[in-house]
Amino acid sequence: MNDIETLKAIKGGEFLIKETSAEHVFIPEEWDEEQLMIAETCDNFLAQHVKPNLTRIDNQEPGLMPHLMDEAGALGLLGISVPELYGGFGKDFKTSMLVAERLGAGNSFSVAFSAHSGIGTLPILYYGNEAQKQKYIPKLASGEWKGAYCLTEPSSGSDANSGKARARLSDDGKYYLITGQKMWITNAGFADVFTVFAKIDNDDNLSAFIVEKDFEGLTLNSEEHKMGIKGSSTRQVFFNDCKVPVENLLSDRQNGFKIAVNILNIGRMKLGGGTVGACKEVITLAVRYANEREQFGRAISKYGAIRHKLAQQAILTYASEAAVYRASQNMEEATEMLVASGMDESKAKLKGIEQFAIEAAIIKVHCSETLDYVVDEGVQIYGGMGYSAEAPMDRAYRDSRINRIFEGTNEINRMLTVDMMLKRALKGELDLMGPAQKVAGELMSIPDFSLTNEESLFSTEKKYLANFKKAILMVAGGAVQKLMAQLGKEQEVLMNLADMLIELYVSESLQLRVEKLVGLRGEESCKEQLDIMRVYINEAAEKIAKSGREALNYFAEGDEKRMMLMGLKRYTKTDDFNSIQARRNIAAKLITENKYCF
Amino acid sequence: MKILVCISQVPDTSTKVVLKDNGSAINSQGTTYIINPYDEWYALVRAIELKESGIANEIHLVTVGKADTEPVIRKALALGGDQAVRIDAESNDPYLTAVYIADFAKGVGYDLILCGKESIDYNNGIVGAMVAELLDMDYIGFAADIQIEKSVAVVNREIEGGEETDTCNLPLVISCQKGVAEARIPNMRGIMAARTRPLNVIAPSPISPVTEILSYELPPAKAGVKLISPENMDELVALLHSEAKVI
Repeated sequence: MNDIETLKAIKGGEFLIKETSAEHVFIPEEWDEEQLMIAETCDNFLAQHVKPNLTRIDNQEPGLMPHLMDEAGALGLLGISVPELYGGFGKDFKTSMLVAERLGAGNSFSVAFSAHSGIGTLPILYYGNEAQKQKYIPKLASGEWKGAYCLTEPSSGSDANSGKARARLSDDGKYYLITGQKMWITNAGFADVFTVFAKIDNDDNLSAFIVEKDFEGLTLNSEEHKMGIKGSSTRQVFFNDCKVPVENLLSDRQNGFKIAVNILNIGRMKLGGGTVGACKEVITLAVRYANEREQFGRAISKYGAIRHKLAQQAILTYASEAAVYRASQNMEEATEMLVASGMDESKAKLKGIEQFAIEAAIIKVHCSETLDYVVDEGVQIYGGMGYSAEAPMDRAYRDSRINRIFEGTNEINRMLTVDMMLKRALKGELDLMGPAQKVAGELMSIPDFSLTNEESLFSTEKKYLANFKKAILMVAGGAVQKLMAQLGKEQEVLMNLADMLIELYVSESLQLRVEKLVGLRGEESCKEQLDIMRVYINEAAEKIAKSGREALNYFAEGDEKRMMLMGLKRYTKTDDFNSIQARRNIAAKLITENKYCF
Repeated sequence: MKILVCISQVPDTSTKVVLKDNGSAINSQGTTYIINPYDEWYALVRAIELKESGIANEIHLVTVGKADTEPVIRKALALGGDQAVRIDAESNDPYLTAVYIADFAKGVGYDLILCGKESIDYNNGIVGAMVAELLDMDYIGFAADIQIEKSVAVVNREIEGGEETDTCNLPLVISCQKGVAEARIPNMRGIMAARTRPLNVIAPSPISPVTEILSYELPPAKAGVKLISPENMDELVALLHSEAKVI
């Protein structure tokens, strides 16, 4: 792809049409001393305060979760990215992601933590006026007050803007009176401040309000009984002419949906980080168990079937992590550029996040599904003990499942991925047409059989990645042409396209991570990481081929279909690769280190 | 009151110790290092408590080590040290370490010097006593509780089969163990402040070690455990006699 540019400040979604240079990505192997110290504080906090109390937490022992939040607040963990002006520590997005990752190993606690510091705090921080920020943010950053977010309603989940909650101005004009019912509200049981979404009168769009728990007319239902994250408080919140002072309207009237969407973008990215942390913890438990458990006279970690699982867990986790921090860095850079151009910091942060909403959706889907794989195989590695509530896999397995549902279901996020990509193309923000036409032209010409132009450590994978992009542009271009306005309703095709995009983004992030790492540490000390990259990208080629084939077989016909299927084959072709040996190498490292070690 | 806390860097307890080919040294590659727990959890945290309660007003940290020990020192600063000194030398010899520390501490006039009862890597457990001797200060080892009233320390320590309470005037060197304080986690404020707290590097005194480590070897792999059913007492007795050779 000669037309591919190498840019530092790559824009959101541009990964499909441009190349990123490894030196411009951030990789977790670059954490500085202070960030590592913060990470260690998170680990120590979990080890001392959370892990010994997991059962008590899941039993929702009264006062325990808010107490743990207080402890986390005393350590400063609730205000990592809150500006110092409002009592926080003003750390960058990556550092707050690192905290989300490390605390992500804390089961229900991590849900309470992320709800509080994300959706509980950020709407006010990013959209609040000065008085609102002064009033609420320092208390939220210290943990003195706990935050929650009320968007979902019994009849409005994925379709968030369809909520029935209404607000009307009181006769004296001093209050909004909110009436409605909100559901699945995390932290509701102990929250002091709720960001509540409701439509004012007959508005088309939601507005957002800051509601304190003591405002008249707010009541809580009892705790929901859930499959997992049992220790996290989840309740319905009822508003019955709940009196909210007019100055507690957050941002402008009808700006609520935008707030909800943008805050969810951050939530999705953070969820990615949190699940990576949970993955690492589960892998460590699985490796330790596999090293201890003996069958037929040997530790089960000596068996290939188990090694395969351990390696695969690590491969997916390492790849997910690469994507999370690459996108985090991109978002930060986009924000910095906007601040440099004179934009207010809160606004710049939101714009930066919005810019990478596609990546956020991709990360949400991939990381939550990775954790589900990791816990599932974790249970399997534990065998019978995996099914016992006495062993940790039971909790990990149940707690993982929600991640594919909240912060937008994975189906919604898949559709969003494609939808946002195409919308940006239509708006002219993202030039998909040019590259797509180029690929179409290439299909007619004689194939380039030289798999690699230059021989370097990463030339094969780089060629694969360039081809993946062509495959996606071809299938997506074909789908748009054939299905046109209908495409939005062909959800199976959207899922296929999303899966292809996800595999591309994660593969490329992983390749860039390993390339940068080799540059830092040398090839010799990155053997397992190179294996991880190769196994992942080889599998991605197959997944992209499968999704592409499915879509093409649906919407294409005749000669054109044949041509595109052949193109797809060409663009997802890989050299022979011994993935069994590569996985064995990866597993061997895990087994020797007796923990997740990449 | 000025307190000096001696900090030592040790391999993380979960690190798998790997030796260099001929057992000449521990392979530091891939090893994670931590503050010696006895120095951190007990000595340093007790010093911080004394400062918080207004008894002490300054906490200095000292470590003997090369530049790679700085992350560990900064963590100690993040926990609550006011300033730190790194004596730029590598030392596995307790006497050498003690002389370096004593030479540094000599002119400063510390009222209290706290250290862990031992470092968990070499476990010599004698640096504190040597420092006291070199500085001509009193020494109490293996403290489990330290209270300071004016210029007198009341120290509770474990002894064979019981406890003893010592009262001693300051200045004093105390080695600390479990009970002296509770482990703390560095908070964000401390972590961010650690960057700005002074960490001075000084050259070691020109002396030679009195001991030398000739070689390292790993302990033999643990033999497996044999489980004998409670009904098979005869077998157990036979095994204790023939295999374990303890009866």
